[in-house]
Amino acid sequence: MPAGVPLTWFLVLSAVLFSLGIAGFLLRRNIITVFMSIELMLNAVNLTFITFSYQLKSNSGHLFAFFVMVVAAAEAAVGLAIILTVYKNRGTLNIDEVESMKN
Amino acid sequence: MDLVFFLIFAIIAVVSAINVVVQTHPISSALSLIGVMVSLAALYLLLGADFIAMAQIIVYAGAIMVLFVFTIMLLNTGGETGATHRTAVQVAGIPALLALLAALCYSLQRFYPSSVQAVFGGFAQGDAHSIGTALFREYLLPFEVTSILILVAILGAIVLARKEID
Amino acid sequence: MEFIVISLIKAAIVAGVLLTTLAYLQWVERKVIAHVQVRMGPSRVGPHGLLQPLADVIKLMTKEDLLPPYVNKFFYLLAPFLAVTMALISISVIPFGPEITAFGHQTWMQLTDLNVGLLFVLAISSMGVYGIALGGWASNNKYSLLGGLRSSAQMISYELPLSLAIAAPLLSAGTLSLRQIVDSQAGFSFGVLPQWSIFQGPFPQLISFVIFMIAAFAETNRVPFDLPEAENELVAGFHTEYSSMKFASFFMAEYANMITVCCMATVLFLGGWHPLFPASLGSSFVPAIVFALAGAIALYHGLNYARRLDRITLPFFALVFFGIAILFLIPFLQVYLIPLFWFFAKTGFLLFVFIWIRATLPRFRYDQLMAFAWKYLFPAALLNLLVTGFLVALKG
Repeated sequence: MPAGVPLTWFLVLSAVLFSLGIAGFLLRRNIITVFMSIELMLNAVNLTFITFSYQLKSNSGHLFAFFVMVVAAAEAAVGLAIILTVYKNRGTLNIDEVESMKN
Repeated sequence: MDLVFFLIFAIIAVVSAINVVVQTHPISSALSLIGVMVSLAALYLLLGADFIAMAQIIVYAGAIMVLFVFTIMLLNTGGETGATHRTAVQVAGIPALLALLAALCYSLQRFYPSSVQAVFGGFAQGDAHSIGTALFREYLLPFEVTSILILVAILGAIVLARKEID
Repeated sequence: MEFIVISLIKAAIVAGVLLTTLAYLQWVERKVIAHVQVRMGPSRVGPHGLLQPLADVIKLMTKEDLLPPYVNKFFYLLAPFLAVTMALISISVIPFGPEITAFGHQTWMQLTDLNVGLLFVLAISSMGVYGIALGGWASNNKYSLLGGLRSSAQMISYELPLSLAIAAPLLSAGTLSLRQIVDSQAGFSFGVLPQWSIFQGPFPQLISFVIFMIAAFAETNRVPFDLPEAENELVAGFHTEYSSMKFASFFMAEYANMITVCCMATVLFLGGWHPLFPASLGSSFVPAIVFALAGAIALYHGLNYARRLDRITLPFFALVFFGIAILFLIPFLQVYLIPLFWFFAKTGFLLFVFIWIRATLPRFRYDQLMAFAWKYLFPAALLNLLVTGFLVALKG
């Protein structure tokens, strides 16, 4: 029988991935893993865009997802360069130890 | 049939995402994130987004994650050894996460009780022709602005990561 | 249901032909390089060394499958698996021939035709970087790590000119589906000149073809760009610590990538399975003539034999070639065999160019290689795309 997939399930999946991204962002100490959790959140948002684009029968959602991808690429490039600089100057990738601006 | 494919790729995506958060060594997290991206690309194909699915694999899984993997291999610091996520987090954190998820799912089901079902082939405007036409007509300004954004990012990355020539 | 059965049969045929071609491509390479270097190449195992690939497979399978204790086991085992999988998947969208009707079922000589088929091939080749990067890293060995990182950096740097060189003939074809790209190169201008991408259109895509081939050499890690995996550089690069079947997997992945890239060049630039001159001028007899000629040469050398065993084997091969030539003359088989012949002839010629260049050129140093990609090849590909786009816009 030609059963489709209810669109709500896609949104639930996106919510699950987004909350896992938040969990990783808040709980992990390694700066690269934190960065990867941000990418996970961006992917979850992309899935939401494409799902709504299916429902509203317009490809604006696809274009937004495309721009999100482009911005994520730019952000990854600059972010990793910053991480390399932090590692060169502080010698550690643990965000608990990069705290010289604290009182 | 579509339901089976959705379930397979959704379960792979969720398990890989849990792996991203849980693994100690960043390279395992990176590979799990690639797994998430590839299964999301398969789900995009189910929703009729051919171009975005391929762009996801080319750009996200094939370029951005390569950048991550290179950085991890170059820095080569090994796995995390912190002891922060033990009892306090597990006692309070995981139930809080599940509560957040339950709230999100309930609000989705209550306020968005969509009867629309996603069928493979049900959306025809996701191919390269439609996306290209829209990109160069309605979305021309964001397109040009993002090209400048990428230029700025390239310059920033080069300036930050180069060696100082004394 | 019928679709699934047909697809399974096609997949089995394509997989079988691909794996056999992989093994014998290595034989061809060794023979051609040997003859360029004025020596004979494999000639002991079977007539003219034809069973050498079989001997190599047996050797690689029965070698001790070493799992060094200091490697990262999961990634060490994952890397060759990734490399081989990505190399073998991209053959599934390449069109080998036109629509055919076999046993009452209509199908195309192509496993599947995605309408973003070209992007699929690019996507799979971007994923192929991971096999090498992980293989280098998992071996826990600084030479392997350096070799793996260098090879991955080389592959992603040359992906840019490759994609730009692919984009140019797309502008004249107007579609991303590989079957439709081949269909747009059908026909002959002035009745004689084939309308392949490198001859036709507002801007003949010769420069794109050259850029594509150069970038393809770098993508598949072939000479002159094979510094990261050469035997006398960095010990053996990223596959130092691999032995037996895992090493064979990397090897297979390299040859499969080579075959895929030559098939892509044939489809995009050389008109796929379309013949060189129209069938009305007799191009349907070219395969039969070629094989009959091969049979005649084999017969001649069999009669004036240089080695004692040639008295038996060469006339046997002559018989095989004459049999194939007769197959090409049977009308109801012609419709399947002739497009396949043209496709494999063009791909085979490009593979021969790959092997020829390996036998001839020295290899680039790593900084020369990267400077060439970013300073010369990428601007050239960009300029070529601009000119093509301008001319296509002027025409249309």
